[in-house]
This record gives sequence, structure tokens and C-alpha cells, in this order.
Amino acid sequence: MIYFDKVTKLYRDGTSALEDVTLSIAPKEFVSIVGHSGAGKTTLLKMLLAEEKPTEGTVYFESTDIHALPKSSLHHYRRKIGMVFQDFRLIPNKTAYENIAFAMEAAGRDDDEIASDVPYILNLVDLGTKGGHFPHQLSGGEQQRVAIGRAIVNQPDIIIADEPTGNLDPVNTYEIVEILKKINELGTTVVITTHNKGVVDAMGKRVITMEKGRIVRDDAHGQYIL
Amino acid sequence: MLTTSLKRILIAGAKNFSRSGLVSIATVLIMTVTLAIVGMLIFLSALLSYTLAEVQDKVDVNVYFTTDAVESDIISTKSKLELLPEVALVTYTSREEALAQFRQKHVDDTLTLQALDQLGENPLGASIAVKAKDPSEYAAIVNYLSNGNNVVGGASTIDRINYYQNKSVIERLTNAIGVTERAGLALAIFFALASIIIAFATVRLAIFSSRDEIAVMRLVGASNMYIRGPFIVAGMLAGILAALIVLALFYPVAVYAGTSLSSWFGGFNVLTYYTSHFAYLFLTLMSVGIVLGGFASFVAVRRYLRI
Repeated sequence: MIYFDKVTKLYRDGTSALEDVTLSIAPKEFVSIVGHSGAGKTTLLKMLLAEEKPTEGTVYFESTDIHALPKSSLHHYRRKIGMVFQDFRLIPNKTAYENIAFAMEAAGRDDDEIASDVPYILNLVDLGTKGGHFPHQLSGGEQQRVAIGRAIVNQPDIIIADEPTGNLDPVNTYEIVEILKKINELGTTVVITTHNKGVVDAMGKRVITMEKGRIVRDDAHGQYIL
Repeated sequence: MLTTSLKRILIAGAKNFSRSGLVSIATVLIMTVTLAIVGMLIFLSALLSYTLAEVQDKVDVNVYFTTDAVESDIISTKSKLELLPEVALVTYTSREEALAQFRQKHVDDTLTLQALDQLGENPLGASIAVKAKDPSEYAAIVNYLSNGNNVVGGASTIDRINYYQNKSVIERLTNAIGVTERAGLALAIFFALASIIIAFATVRLAIFSSRDEIAVMRLVGASNMYIRGPFIVAGMLAGILAALIVLALFYPVAVYAGTSLSSWFGGFNVLTYYTSHFAYLFLTLMSVGIVLGGFASFVAVRRYLRI
């Protein structure tokens, strides 16, 4: 469903973030992308979100060249993707409930759907009683669960998580990984980047290792090897 | 679908506004200052035009006739003058009225009155006072009268026209009125621009603090209009609130100025103006507030919606 065709990203000062990356991800896959800081993991995800354009090469989502989409219709494409960040990126002046509802409102869902789906999602990420809390009233793990809830509420085709456990302690990390696994088992493609060896090894799924903007390993049942 | 989005945008805007706390208060205060300046300019221009009208009303040209001028001739001249398009009003003062006025004026001055009595006859001539619609038209009226053919009974019946004595005063007044109007307008535009720029910068600052939030909304798949909407609504709310504050603040000021400063303003009553022009003030301040808040937000959010 996702295909990177010889993608290269050069920045203006001549440094390259990605070099000649060719990669395909099938539906319902769980893919971990690992590598040192600056290896190009985040750039790869930004390409996928159409936040950055490749210098050379093409990125396809299904059969669409996503960088050829006009700006005005980008938001339709982005609704197919659920995004989770290391720093959570919740909207600070909205409650947990409203943060999740916002994604549904933005997608144009009606009030009845929102009223029934948001509580369901809050229960799914184990925050049933904390819907009325603002982000600053929640712990890091709770905030990340709200972010995951927001990412999945519109039933996206793919979940992209950039270092989702980077700011969390081991217990919360474990919970987040379990939730992501559950989402994947329910049929959603999941792509995560991570530094956490434990996360990758526990998963036993496909691992792509990057180094200096290139893919150096791609194992179907990989381990965290650097 | 469209009405749901609109409803959601309005609710989100109101929530944004109430939850932004200090930032909202700062925006409202700055816009209050801006709208207060706009409001004061409205009062100032009203005061200015009132004063100008008063002064213009006091200017006239008096034509004094000789004592042997025939009254019916003067009345005919008056009727002819009234037909001129430049003329607003002509008043006739007969010889007897002039004498009565003179006596009234010098009622405490026995010496002058005795001298008058000694004369035995009325030494005063009749006169007509001409008011023009515009001060610049006095010259034309005087020209008209200087032509003997236009005066029934001949130019010789005119003793003097006080325009020639008042000419320089009238000209200076005409100039002063023009200069005051232009300077007032320039000042008004300058103040309005300065305060609009400050309000603009404040709204932009308020939105700058939400730029991460805007980035997140974009990533979650919200359309540009859906992101921009609530900010614009919040900006408009700040404008509405500021307009209400200004209207409320102006009331006690108007009461004070209307009762205590009326004579100082040359008879202009601020309170009467406030109450009689309330709808005008309300609509002007409201629309300036709404347009300013909405437009500033629109421009500010636009900056963070690239990509």
C-alpha cells in the first residue's frame, strides 16, 4: 500500500537526509524503523505525511503520488493516516475527549457518531474516566494514549508513530506497545520508529534498519541490531 | 454538513476565547484602546462640525442704508437677495428697530441717550443682514450688491457694507475651517492606523502562541477553513467585547462631559450626542471591532497554514 521509489532528500546546504530509499509496506504489516539519531527515520515519516517533498523519487500511497496532490486536498489524504508523536502533540486547551472528538469533527463526522465513538475509544485506550481532563492534568503515558486514541478514531488505513515511547517509562512503554499491537491485530497497518531495543525485540515483526539516510537491513522477523 | 461545521466552528471559537485566559484579556484590552480612539474621533468630529456650524452661523454681511433710503426699496432689494442661490437668510432691520436696539444696548449709558434725545430725530439707517450658505460665498454676494443695478433705489442709498471691514476676518475664518477639517481628518487617520496596527500585532501574537496547535490540527486532517474558523470567531468575539466595553465606558464620560463641560465645548452636549447617536456609535464600534478582530486573525492564521 506504500511504496517509496528511489527517494532522495537533499537539504539546501547539501547534506542528505535520505539517499536512494526504495521500500514497500504491505497492508496490515507492523513495521519498526530503527537507527541512530539523524539516520533519516523521521524524514522518512515526514515524506509519508507529505510534510516534506523528496528531492528525487516518488512516494506512492496505494496508486497515488502523494506529493503531486494539490494543497487543498492534502487534508483528505491525511485523514487516512493516524499520527502519533514522541511529544504527544495534543491540543493544550482541549480536554482528552475534545482532542479525540476534534479529529472526528475535522473529518466531518456527525454529532451522533462522535457521541458514541469517543467514549468507546477512550475505553479502548483505558482512559474511560479521564475524558474531561486537559493534557496538563494527565501523565505522559496517559497523554500518549489520548494521542493514540485520536490517531485511530477515524479508522485510518495506517498508523504512523514517531518514537511513541521516547518520553515514557518502561511500564507506560509496555502499555503503548500493547495498544499498538492490538490495533495492528484489528487490521490497521502500523509503522513506528524507535530507539528502544526492548520494544523491537518483544514485537518480533519486520524491522528496517537505517544508517546515514540509507536502508542497511530489512528483516521480516527482525531484532534491534546496530 | 455545512451548518454542523459552522456550529462547531462557533462553539470552538467561543471555547478558544474563554480558555485562552490572559491572551484573550490582552487582546480585548488592546482592542478596547483602539475602539476608544475610534469612538473619541467620532465625538471629536461631531464637536468640530458643531463648532464650525456655530461659527459659520455667526458670520454675516450687514448692509447699512442711508437714512433717506425708501423702506419699500430696501424690502425689494431684500426680496431680490433672497432669490440668490448662495443666500441662506436675509433679515431686515428697520430704522425704528435699529433705534430701539441702540437704546437697549446703551440703556445704562445716560450720556449717549441724552445726546440721542437732543438730536430729535432718528440718526440710524435701516440695514439688512445677509447670511450665506457657505462663508466663501460672501464675496459673490457683496459683488452683487456693489452693482448699483441690483439695488432698488440705486447704489447711492447704501451707506456702507461691513463686509469690507470683516473681509479679512471672514477669509481667515474660511481658511481656518478648511485647515481644521483637513488636519482633523489627517490626525484621525493617523491615530486609527496606529491603533489598528497595534491591535493587529496583538492578535497575531495571540495566534503565534497557538502555532503548534495549528500544526497538529493540520496533521489530524482538518481542512484549512476548519482550522482558521475558530480563530476568526475568537478574534471577532474580542472585537465585540471591546466594543461593548467602550460603549459602557463612554456613558459615564458622556454624563460628566454633558453636564460639566458643555459650556467649555461651546454648547455642544456630549450626552445628548451619545444618546441620540447611540445606534450609530454602536454599529460603528461593533463593525470596526468585528472586522478588525476577524481580519487580523484571518491574516495571522494564514501564515501558519502553509504546507
